[in-house]
Amino acid sequence: MISIINTISAWAIPVMLIGIPVIGLARGVKVYESFVEGAKEGFATAIRIVPFLVAMFVAIKVFQQSGMMGVITKLISPLTSIFKIPDEVIPLALIRPLSGSGALGVLASILETYGPDSLIGLMASTIQGSTETTFYVLTVYFGAVGVRKVRQALPAAVAADIAGFLVAALIVTLVFSG
Amino acid sequence: MINIIWFAMLASGVLAAAVQGDIQLVTRATIEGAEEAVKIALGLIGIIAFWSGLMKIAEDAGLMKLIAKLMRPLTRVLFPEVPPDHPAVGAVLLAMSANILGLGNACTPLGIKAMEELQTLNPNKDTASNSMCTFVAITASSLTLIPTTVIAFRTAAGSANPTAVVGTTIVATTASTLAAIIVDRLLRKPYL
Repeated sequence: MISIINTISAWAIPVMLIGIPVIGLARGVKVYESFVEGAKEGFATAIRIVPFLVAMFVAIKVFQQSGMMGVITKLISPLTSIFKIPDEVIPLALIRPLSGSGALGVLASILETYGPDSLIGLMASTIQGSTETTFYVLTVYFGAVGVRKVRQALPAAVAADIAGFLVAALIVTLVFSG
Repeated sequence: MINIIWFAMLASGVLAAAVQGDIQLVTRATIEGAEEAVKIALGLIGIIAFWSGLMKIAEDAGLMKLIAKLMRPLTRVLFPEVPPDHPAVGAVLLAMSANILGLGNACTPLGIKAMEELQTLNPNKDTASNSMCTFVAITASSLTLIPTTVIAFRTAAGSANPTAVVGTTIVATTASTLAAIIVDRLLRKPYL
């Protein structure tokens, strides 16, 4: 099953790269001209997201480097201990929605400190794999179309993060601590 | 809500720095964050332009409409406000497929393309439509089935069984995506 999905992942982009222009040509599309026209729009999009990214990244960096992250970890700890979630994985859960590279850094240090096959290591791996860089997705996707009022997208995405974190901790404990 | 979170992160950070007596770190962090933001945006230019170009060919060839038609049962439930043969449906499905397959670089450009299509249907251009919220919440909940990066990190850390977490990851990902869909539905009215 895993090898099938890995194979599909490896082939997906090359197949699209060839397949789409082939179908385009067959349908009489001027593929080169279409491509350039689309790429031009893409260029404008990349520029449009800059202010949104700057706003978000500055806030994240200040929050992280000031040690506020550590303070929040301590505050959450009594809450997560109800679910028997080890304190060691809380920093990962906090940083995961904010910074993709930051989360990978935390994951790497957890794997090194506690071992990848320890309960904490397995839990951290599952948390990392089952959640997204929520604030990056929100910032870039809405920024690209100039939407400022994001409505329920934010609470829904945060709820997903919390659910992913709790279920990851729960399922890893169930599966691996026997 | 995003205004409050943004401000709270900044304010609490500045406060914490002041309490520690290291207020300069705020300036350092600010510059670092701003620079990193631009670096990421610049890094995205090429790959976004590439995927937008490829998707333009697909659109001109009528492929987006074809995909939309094939997946109609699923999208009718998730995005009832999008007309079934609108190119937005194809774009949304392509973006979600890229996320499910874990196609790293392709996810953001395809996601942006989908947002641009959804924006054409949005009557209120500075406010998110229901379809946009559903799409962004699902994407932000993580759709990746095989966490290739995590497996690589586990291998590097000397794991005896790097892929041991694939099953648990799929369970947790499913739960988080369901949470996103449910909360999005429940909060539609209050956020109108």
